[in-house]
Amino acid sequence: MTLVPLPAFIAVSATLFFIGVAGVLVRRNAVVILMSVELMLNATNLAFVAFSRRLAVAGERGSVFVVFVFVVAAAEVAVGLAIILAAYRNRPTVDVDQLDEMKG
Amino acid sequence: MNIDVVGLVWLVPGIPLAAAIVNGLFGRRWLHRATGVIASVALGLSAVLGVAIFFAVVAAGHVARTVTLYEWIGAGDFHVNVAALVDPLSATMVAVVTVVSFLIHVFSNGYMEHDPGIHRFFTWLPLFVFLMLTLVLADNYLLMFVGWEGVGLCSYLLIGFWFERPAPYTAANKAFWMNRIGDWGFTIGTILTFLTFGSLTFHDVFPKVAGVAQTQPLTITFIALAFFLGATGKSAQLPLYSWLPDAMEGPTPVSALIHAATMVTAGVYLVARSTPLFAVAGPALLVVAIIGAVTALFAATIALVQVDIKRVLAYSTVSQLGYMFLACGVGAPIAAVFHLATHAFFKALLFLGSGSVIHATEEQDMRRMGGLRRKMPITYWTFLLAGGALAAIPPLAGFWSKDEIVGAAFTNGQPILWAVGVGTGLLTAFYTTRMIYLTFHGEPRDHHLYDHAHESPAVMTVPLLLLCVGAVFAGLVLGFPPEAGFIHRFLEGTVTAEAAAQSELPNYVLIAGLAATAVVAGLIGIAIGYAMYARRRPDPAAVSRAVGPIYTLLWNKYFVDELYDHRILEGGRALFGAAWAFDAHIIDGIVDRLAWLVSLLGSGLRRVQTGIVGNYALSIAAGLLILIVVYGGYATGVLHR
Amino acid sequence: MIFDPPILPSVLTLLLVIPLVGIVPLLAFVRDARAAKQIAIVTTFVELVVSLIMLAQFRVGEAGFQMVESVPWLPSLGIRYEVGVDGISVLLVVLTTLLTFISVLYSSGGAIKQRVGEFMIAFLLLEVGMVGVFVALDLFLFYVMFELMLIPMYLIIGIWGGTRRVYATLKFVLFTLAGSLLMLVAIVAVYLNSGPAGSRTLSFPDLIAGPTRFAPEFQVWAFLAFALAFAIKLPMVPFHTWLPDAHVEAPTAGSIVLAGILLKAGGYGLLRFALPLFPIGAQVWLPIIIVLSVVAILYGAAVSTVQKDLKKLIAYSSVAHMGFVTLGLFVLNTQGGVGAVLQMLNHGVVTGALFLFVGIEYEKTHRRQIADLGGFANHWPLYTAFFGIFVLASLGLPGLNGFVGEFLVLLGTFRYGGQPISGLLWGPLAAIGVILAAIYLLWMFQRVMYGPVREAYKALPDLTPIEVACAAPLLALTILLGVFPQPVIAIIQPSVERMLALAGATVTVAVH
Repeated sequence: MTLVPLPAFIAVSATLFFIGVAGVLVRRNAVVILMSVELMLNATNLAFVAFSRRLAVAGERGSVFVVFVFVVAAAEVAVGLAIILAAYRNRPTVDVDQLDEMKG
Repeated sequence: MNIDVVGLVWLVPGIPLAAAIVNGLFGRRWLHRATGVIASVALGLSAVLGVAIFFAVVAAGHVARTVTLYEWIGAGDFHVNVAALVDPLSATMVAVVTVVSFLIHVFSNGYMEHDPGIHRFFTWLPLFVFLMLTLVLADNYLLMFVGWEGVGLCSYLLIGFWFERPAPYTAANKAFWMNRIGDWGFTIGTILTFLTFGSLTFHDVFPKVAGVAQTQPLTITFIALAFFLGATGKSAQLPLYSWLPDAMEGPTPVSALIHAATMVTAGVYLVARSTPLFAVAGPALLVVAIIGAVTALFAATIALVQVDIKRVLAYSTVSQLGYMFLACGVGAPIAAVFHLATHAFFKALLFLGSGSVIHATEEQDMRRMGGLRRKMPITYWTFLLAGGALAAIPPLAGFWSKDEIVGAAFTNGQPILWAVGVGTGLLTAFYTTRMIYLTFHGEPRDHHLYDHAHESPAVMTVPLLLLCVGAVFAGLVLGFPPEAGFIHRFLEGTVTAEAAAQSELPNYVLIAGLAATAVVAGLIGIAIGYAMYARRRPDPAAVSRAVGPIYTLLWNKYFVDELYDHRILEGGRALFGAAWAFDAHIIDGIVDRLAWLVSLLGSGLRRVQTGIVGNYALSIAAGLLILIVVYGGYATGVLHR
Repeated sequence: MIFDPPILPSVLTLLLVIPLVGIVPLLAFVRDARAAKQIAIVTTFVELVVSLIMLAQFRVGEAGFQMVESVPWLPSLGIRYEVGVDGISVLLVVLTTLLTFISVLYSSGGAIKQRVGEFMIAFLLLEVGMVGVFVALDLFLFYVMFELMLIPMYLIIGIWGGTRRVYATLKFVLFTLAGSLLMLVAIVAVYLNSGPAGSRTLSFPDLIAGPTRFAPEFQVWAFLAFALAFAIKLPMVPFHTWLPDAHVEAPTAGSIVLAGILLKAGGYGLLRFALPLFPIGAQVWLPIIIVLSVVAILYGAAVSTVQKDLKKLIAYSSVAHMGFVTLGLFVLNTQGGVGAVLQMLNHGVVTGALFLFVGIEYEKTHRRQIADLGGFANHWPLYTAFFGIFVLASLGLPGLNGFVGEFLVLLGTFRYGGQPISGLLWGPLAAIGVILAAIYLLWMFQRVMYGPVREAYKALPDLTPIEVACAAPLLALTILLGVFPQPVIAIIQPSVERMLALAGATVTVAVH
């Protein structure tokens, strides 16, 4: 059984990451942006796991890092959703282009 | 019993200081009019001690003893002590100052009796005496400066004693400011003295003067001129004289004490004390003589037309101080100190006499007086004798001292200054006669005023009588025979550079001739005064009309006050206003403009902050892209360092 | 008196800790104005007493640092917690604790009405910074303390100030910050140049210990950076315009401390750090500083003369008085240096007192424009006596304290023989400032005190006992330092001579 080559993992990871980037940049719905960010995080996770498994120098550190990313991502989703909810209460929209309170 | 009175010299200023402190702390609440008694008793004690020291010094001959209290300032090689120098000159000054001050304090008890600010008066008056004695007794220039500025301060406070009215406080400011200009000179003189001689103590400086004069004559001249600038401020000489007439806004005993008998003579004392310094500063000495003579004449001419009795006396004081500087300038400092002493008595008496008149009539304008001699005999007679002394009528005090000055100008090769002195003597006799006639003789010109006039109480007339003794006999006691009298023998070696300078007998024929000339001039002055004011031939009004422009010039005091008070003051104000405008608009303007620029930059940059998350995300992505491209460029070798 | 062994060990650390300790209960009672006042008064009083004990422990006549404490703080960077006092700083510390106590006492009398607790916290924090500036011997610690003074003062002016307080406080902070940032850069540079890696230090005694000095080129710029920071703080012309605004808007206690202590930090920094560390750099900039000092003396006085606001008048007079400080420091001789330090102390006492009295007057009349005042002399005899003596001290009347410092500075200036023009020009020019001082101060005094009193002011009372208690120690110092300055000079002189010797000055040795 042949192993899937490492560059294939990296390619998938990169593709997922740029889909995430595009989602963040293009979409206006805050929830979707959050999901796109999530996608970017998991794209990097994929790369981490792949390196961890295939590259001897990486060892188990890649896998450990993934755990950290999971935790951070979970926290980020929690906080992000809370902000979106709070913003939605103030004005009934989740369109980020209309949420320009920070305009200088 | 043998008490070392000289060692107790610090008590002489110490007792008035204690009185000032007590009156200052407790006067307003508790002591009120008792402050006058406290101050007078203190001054009495001080005077007794002062006279005792004087006689102790006389008995001991030529002593010069330093009584050190403590080190005042010492930084690096600079050291100054709080120390008293007791020698014939300071002993003479101490005796004159304490005695005259004591009598004036007693007089003030009557004069200030009803003034609500009496406690202030009797705080500042003894404080003044303390500082005057500090000035006189100091053994170095810096401590002398403490007294010097201190008496200026007391003068300021006492001129502005009635500070609710504008005239007194304006005059007080003027006095302090003009004195400060002089003090600028004093400061510079002091510092240059230290730099040149390495000390400020008189007995360190004076022995070195001759040596330094060989190598640095210009420095000595500068030092002397700087000190003399200080002296012109304090002693009201040209060009810093005009504060003294204005100072008459103060209570009359103050005028007597500070602005006639003591403080204003401080400048003369300074020059006399620094005689070794001035003696080798030829050009400076000439400046002193000329300023003195010109001031004497200048002030006497103004006094001719004054109608306020105190202003006549004020200008007369300026004029007499000019005589004293003339004496210093022609190398006769002993004559200056002699005249200082006699002047203290007769001028204090004249002022107190005028105070007695003002107290009785509440009027200072002589045009509304007249005939007062019938109402105020003691005041009149004492005033008359003092006026005679001022006019230098022999054998009254002023004759001996003034004659010596005028004579010295002639014998020391300054015939022009001698002529000025004699001419001033004529004017002096004239305005004195005029003043006495207007005030005490003739018919009363204001009957309401005349009817209410009365002789002053004993507390005021007794000091007048005592001062009168001095005004009559001081010249004879101190200065007879001329140029070889007691005061000469006493002060020789202290004031003059060399003690043996006058070993041969003075030329009495010359002296007598000069004296006769001066007396004749004085008599002419009296005669003119008598003719004009007793006989009305020629009528004074006609005379003033005849000399119209001159009269206008004198009446307006040569327009000097207009120059000083308006032109210079306004010029200064404009200059300072310009400085303020520069500060507010240029310097602060630059600061504000800088802040404005920064905020402009900020308001430009704030446009970048759209508040739209997408824009921020885009800029992050763009930044990332740039980094990748640059990194990739280096990594692939497309870009080089 | 000499206590050997010292009766209080670590007294300088104690001085830094006491105000911090006082803040703890203040935080608890921050809403209780009465308690806050009491806590602050007790704390500052204890601080004052401890500082007096420190003064008593000080061995007079020694030039070096005493009561030194030195422990590693950030050892990897060679930064130490190092404190100590010499003859220059020991008196400034006592002045600080005294003026802080008086300010707190006066503020407790009703001058501060809102947020009393917060005000007291800010003031105690300020005291830590001020004492710290004068005792710090490590440049890093000094910098921290220098900045620590800034923040509480920013709040004091910005919260308890007058109507234009925001403008004034921003100006004050931005000016000072700009200068101290330059100094921070220079401190880093000093650190990097202080030796090979591993032995680098910012400790002042270490920096001046060796015979080696910084390279001349480096000194020129490092001195400029330090001098600019201190020149702004002092302030020197033309960096002075923050001062009048800050004073006008600051509450009375803030003005007292600002004029009395904060400005001194500038003069102290010049003498302690800028001159001894960079003597060659100092030589380069010295002519400019001399000229600016004389300009400050004359210009400050001239501008003062035409001021309409009492506080502004005194603020500009401070500019002139500080000109004497820089002049005395940079003529680089004993008399000038001693005179400058004395002038700092005397100015602290006298100008602090003047601001106190303007504050008292303002509390009563709610007017500060000179044109609105007049005639208090008959009405407030006590106030007039106090205020009058402080005015006289400020105009340099001999016998009061202001004279001694100014005279010594003038004497030192006459001695200055340096380039391009010798002191024989600068001395007489600076002395003109003394004439001008008499003009603006007496004219002000006349307009405020003399003449008839206004109807509206007739019911206002004279000084209260608490106000007398605030002013009395300052009055005593004003007279004592004028009549008996020698004990103080004996403390100052050896240390000044040591600093000037480091600055490469020719120090005249006393010949007895």
